[in-house]
Amino acid sequence: MAVTGAQIYAWLERYAGIVAEQKQYLTGLDAAIGDGDHGINMDRGFQTVLVKLAPVRDKDVGTLLKTTGMALVGSVGGAGGPLYGTFFLRAGAALDGKAEVSDRDLVGALEAGLKGVVERGKANPNDKTMVDALTPAIEQAKQALDSGAPLEQALTAAADAAEKGMKATIPLKALKGRASYLGDRSIGHQDPGATSSYLMLRALSDSLAALPQRASTTTT
Amino acid sequence: MAQTTVTTRLKKLINTPETEVKDAMAGMAAAHADLIRVEYDPNVIIRKDAPRKGKVGLVSGGGSGHEPMHGGYVGLGMLDAACPGAVFTSPTPDQMARATAAVDGGAGVLHIVKNYTGDIMNFEMAAELARGEGAKVNAVITNDDVAVQDSLYTAGRRGVGVTVLLEKIVGGAAEAGADLDAVTTLAKKVNANGRSMGMALTSCIVPAAGKVTFEIADDEMELGIGIHGEPGRERTKLKSADEIAEILTSTIVKDLPYKRGDEVLAFVNGMGGTPLIELYVIFNAVNRYLTGEGIKITRSLVGNYITSLEMAGCSVTLLKLDAETTKFWDAPVHTPALRWKV
Repeated sequence: MAVTGAQIYAWLERYAGIVAEQKQYLTGLDAAIGDGDHGINMDRGFQTVLVKLAPVRDKDVGTLLKTTGMALVGSVGGAGGPLYGTFFLRAGAALDGKAEVSDRDLVGALEAGLKGVVERGKANPNDKTMVDALTPAIEQAKQALDSGAPLEQALTAAADAAEKGMKATIPLKALKGRASYLGDRSIGHQDPGATSSYLMLRALSDSLAALPQRASTTTT
Repeated sequence: MAQTTVTTRLKKLINTPETEVKDAMAGMAAAHADLIRVEYDPNVIIRKDAPRKGKVGLVSGGGSGHEPMHGGYVGLGMLDAACPGAVFTSPTPDQMARATAAVDGGAGVLHIVKNYTGDIMNFEMAAELARGEGAKVNAVITNDDVAVQDSLYTAGRRGVGVTVLLEKIVGGAAEAGADLDAVTTLAKKVNANGRSMGMALTSCIVPAAGKVTFEIADDEMELGIGIHGEPGRERTKLKSADEIAEILTSTIVKDLPYKRGDEVLAFVNGMGGTPLIELYVIFNAVNRYLTGEGIKITRSLVGNYITSLEMAGCSVTLLKLDAETTKFWDAPVHTPALRWKV
């Protein structure tokens, strides 16, 4: 199936809503092992995204994603701004000028976004970061497409893998970011960045599958 | 999930959390119109007479909530511009790119960056933007906090108290006409010779969060605290000021290490909620300990210079001095927060 700009916009709008709804939850996770502002920063960023997207919402997919990236870079601050900003800038660059994108193009753009995040943040898998949610998710999506699954299924598999990756950060000791200052005391806490990344991919899967809204924001 | 926060009434002198940074910037501009000017969206505090032709521009920035750092250090003999982020949140690349353009007098610009993941990434993106516009940009990273193990297994040591001393010393050199390479080399030397460690008696409330960042019992203290209310490395029972000063100072001395015969600048800093009388009690103990080790305090700074909102606590910073760093520490400075010989 071809993914349209309208669907990408629907994803970004849905994710902005989820971030607003989960602002306190994300901030609480961050207070435990960071500096307690992840939800606040992401919400400020995605409210800015909605404002900046309004005049370009009928444009191509690349423009939507790049506009999102620039809005995040200019409004989030912290580590989240450059990391999420780079994710969307790179994903957008991969889909430059395309009004519609194929399944593979979309997953390829997510992969380009992840690559940008890794370059910017220099995190390795199991460092207890957003990379731990994004890496298995994109791997699963690619495998699903390779085995002939439709995009909806591939993205559901991606969101499920991100959720698993997010939960797998709980026993990890943080090796990047402010949480790493805690040493062993970071063990036992779920990484806030992995959580917001999971929510982002669940929002994508839910909005593209055009399913009725379902509980996509597990708060265990 | 082990989230341990309690709801606390937001009893602060603010209008709304969203407007706090801009309201404070406007207040600074009004109070110090002879020294600085401010720009909004992107938010930047700029030395009034910048850019100065032929002078290396010094740009720093970081989350708000550490006042007077960094905006209070913009002026003659110190910074040319400061970029205030949201409270405890790194500023964004558009801010640093604008600051860089505003202070570039043709001799290049040095970015002074504290070692936090977000600050590093945002300054890196800003430097890429500024270089794309043709600016010559160097960066120096401060990472003086001995409480964090500097290893492959952490984000590295945090930049804390040395940042203030570096901005003053390097600012003196830039004012005296040093070129970008010389200023960069001096900045690295200051960072390499400085070490800090902090502690907290209480947590603090980020206005947008509306509750304390961490809980701490009345009889406890947090050793090795950073400047963002992020927990430190060790929670212990409260000790006396003398004992606390000795823990902080001895850890710092052993780390560099500082040796018998060294001359140092001793900086006792308040976290925002500790009265000056207590900082002098700490300074007294720091002085006694260093004297016992044969280390001589030749310059000092005591007060609230790199804070963590209303957190109670202190940090100790030692900087090994030589003739060059002493000369530029003593050089004239006129900023909202530091002023001498002008």
